[in-house]
Amino acid sequence: MSEPELIADDTRFTPARLMILLFVVALAAVLVWAVWSLPANSAGLTMQSLAQLPKSGVTNPVTAAVLNYRGYDTLLEIAVMLVAALGVWSVGKAEPRSNYESAGPVLVAFVRLALPLMILVAGYLLWIGAFAPGGAFQAGAVLAGAVVALLLSGGGRAAFAHEGWLRIGLVLGLAVFIAVAVGAMTVGGKLLEYPPKHAGNLILLIESAALVSIALTLTALFVGGRPRHEADTQARKRKDPDES
Amino acid sequence: MMLWETAPWMIWTILLPLGAGILTILFRRAAPWLGVAAALGTAVAAAGLAAQVMRGGSLRYPVGGWGVPLGIELRADGLSTLMLAMSAVIGLGVSVYAARYFSDEDAEDAKDDFEVQQHRRAYFWPLWMFLLAGLNGLFLSADVFHLYVTLELLGFSAVSLAALTGKRAALVAAMRYLLVSLLGSLCFLFGVVLLYAAYATVDMAALAELAKASPITWSALALMTGGLLMKGAVFPLHFWLPPAHANAPAPVSALLSALVVEASFYILLRLWFELFRGVVTLPAANFLGLLGAAAILWGSFQALQQRRLKLLVAYSTVAQLGYLFVIFPLAQIPGVAFTAWSGCLYFILAHACAKTAMFLAAGNIAHAAGHDRIDELNGIMHSLPLSVCAFMLAGISLIGLPPSGGFIAKWMLLDAAITGHQWGWAILMLAGSLLTAGYVMRVLGHAFTRVEKARPLHRVPRTMEWTAVGLSVLAVLLGLLASRPMELLRIGAPVANAPAAIDTGGQR
Amino acid sequence: MNLEPAMLYPLAAVGLFAIGLYALIAYTHLLRKILALNVMGTGVFLFLIAIANRAPGPVPDPVPHAMVLTGIVVSVCGTGLALALANRVQATTRKMQLPNDEEGDA
Repeated sequence: MSEPELIADDTRFTPARLMILLFVVALAAVLVWAVWSLPANSAGLTMQSLAQLPKSGVTNPVTAAVLNYRGYDTLLEIAVMLVAALGVWSVGKAEPRSNYESAGPVLVAFVRLALPLMILVAGYLLWIGAFAPGGAFQAGAVLAGAVVALLLSGGGRAAFAHEGWLRIGLVLGLAVFIAVAVGAMTVGGKLLEYPPKHAGNLILLIESAALVSIALTLTALFVGGRPRHEADTQARKRKDPDES
Repeated sequence: MMLWETAPWMIWTILLPLGAGILTILFRRAAPWLGVAAALGTAVAAAGLAAQVMRGGSLRYPVGGWGVPLGIELRADGLSTLMLAMSAVIGLGVSVYAARYFSDEDAEDAKDDFEVQQHRRAYFWPLWMFLLAGLNGLFLSADVFHLYVTLELLGFSAVSLAALTGKRAALVAAMRYLLVSLLGSLCFLFGVVLLYAAYATVDMAALAELAKASPITWSALALMTGGLLMKGAVFPLHFWLPPAHANAPAPVSALLSALVVEASFYILLRLWFELFRGVVTLPAANFLGLLGAAAILWGSFQALQQRRLKLLVAYSTVAQLGYLFVIFPLAQIPGVAFTAWSGCLYFILAHACAKTAMFLAAGNIAHAAGHDRIDELNGIMHSLPLSVCAFMLAGISLIGLPPSGGFIAKWMLLDAAITGHQWGWAILMLAGSLLTAGYVMRVLGHAFTRVEKARPLHRVPRTMEWTAVGLSVLAVLLGLLASRPMELLRIGAPVANAPAAIDTGGQR
Repeated sequence: MNLEPAMLYPLAAVGLFAIGLYALIAYTHLLRKILALNVMGTGVFLFLIAIANRAPGPVPDPVPHAMVLTGIVVSVCGTGLALALANRVQATTRKMQLPNDEEGDA
């Protein structure tokens, strides 16, 4: 990577910035005036959510809202995650490891201790999501953190060069979700209408698949580019020693 | 016959592209086939849905069986179905074009190596499939929070596609596009949140009943409209569109100009005519109309001055989108509201076909000549007659000459304006047509000029030329076969089909 | 709604939104713009949590919580994509800001 040039000073207070400031202050004032008139107590959809909770297959109302009542939102949101990962991959290749400082011994030792615990916590969060705060997204974030810690400490490189497996992992969540959604249609319901007897298990199935995809997507976003192959490195050296 | 009538076609229009997106990620070599097959399947599903809606009126589908207000519902009325049909047809045309465009031997840049071409093809298909899924999900959604999710799906796919060539100009344009897109979505989301805070529901039909004029509702309307104006590249927030559309590969430019920006306008229509129907005022509607007027004039003026063909077509998009905003002031006038509504929707259809054809033809020309500087395109008619014909037919529709779809659309809008004594809007639309004729003729003038010796040109595959021609012919045919789409328009139209004021309700 | 303690959160949310909006428009450094978008997003999510807490009784309204989850995920993905693009913009233009006059070459 080449040396970045200095950019324009962002802290000067020009007339343009003053106008922007006035506009933003005016907008904020209007919003404050609007928000002031909101009622202080409003049940929103609490009553309906709690009333339908026994049919939803879980006892945590937020998980019921995310994966059951508004499950269709979550379906498309997992598609959004997949597109973001694809986008990041399509834009560039991951930077070579040689650009980073190698990890110190404290980090390596810590990761060796903490990694299994983090994976355990992720599994726990996934399981507990049906009864208490938790769920696939929270667990996925913890698992992604574990993987990022591993990558930063220098390990796991080999695993993340297998692009084929990574692709399967990335699409797994969406694929399982769609399969369950269509399956619900084939047994005579609407899209995503889980049969109440199996709703809890189906939700757990979807969340488990989504856990893998979410963790891989967040890691892909962190790595910032598609995996490099050995062939890439050699081709790069042959073609242009000064590629940016 | 029974299956055709009762299958949940609207679900398949969303699930088929999603599934194809997954498959094209896993099976890269078969991606073009999967993509075209999915586009075809989505077109069949859209046709099935259109048949259902024409027979039975508007449809609502409660996903998950929950129903409003706890769950999310999908809704298909005349407007949604028309939009779906448009995206299906354009999608099919562009898919066929792209299957050939991204193939091994013919690249837009012959100097690109094999790896880069493979890379573009590998990422185009999944991103396009997800874009189609987001688009269809957006047109069918009856839930404003779900609209936010589909907007983001659409936006991320569009940005990644815009950056696909990997060149500096494309990356810069895509970065700008992404920032604007994220800002627009965030403003939209804040509006949705304000609505939920006030009314405890995010379903559009429920909100339409509950919404009344209050600071919260006005703020929500302002935020959501502002966000959508940004995403729809309406003057003066249009600055991101020309570089993004011009620097993308030709099939991507077509998709962006014909489908993605129209999605934001579609949501604006839903908001202003359905959700906030009791809240919008005439001055606000006039303000939107004025923004449209500025877009027409400024966009056309800029298009006249462009040196590059693709930038000219991109500025033309900015200008043509301005016509759509004339619906807002015109629909406030009793008696002409339905004519204006029909004209506006027909305009979206005709513009989508024509703009796609134009971008595909421009892509062919750029591929053949190796550049797209207009002044150096003399004599290209003799080497690429099909593509130049496609450009010409598309231009006819954009200008609004008979017998094209653009003519019908502009005729209806002008009729509405003149009957309602809105001379200002009428003169504006005529001026816009003149300016459009100006920049279209400029390109055609260069194309038809005779040259002594023709420059060596790359071969353009037949498929690419014929898809461009096919879409441009469709734009013209829309002018001749207007009755079916018009029938569809009446179903669930939120404007009265009789001389009555807009706020006494429409047919449902 | 008078100025109760519960009003603090929605007002703070509006404040965050405004601060983020100013920073997004006014600054030219891409990283600042991306951070500004995150701040705006945080404002919107804070607002959602605040209105969820208005429910009487021990259980807050779960639907805004679900919306926040969706929003956070989308926001993180947007940030990731923006950062990757910004990285490439810097790699090709050597600057971490968008050029003003870029309309592309043939």
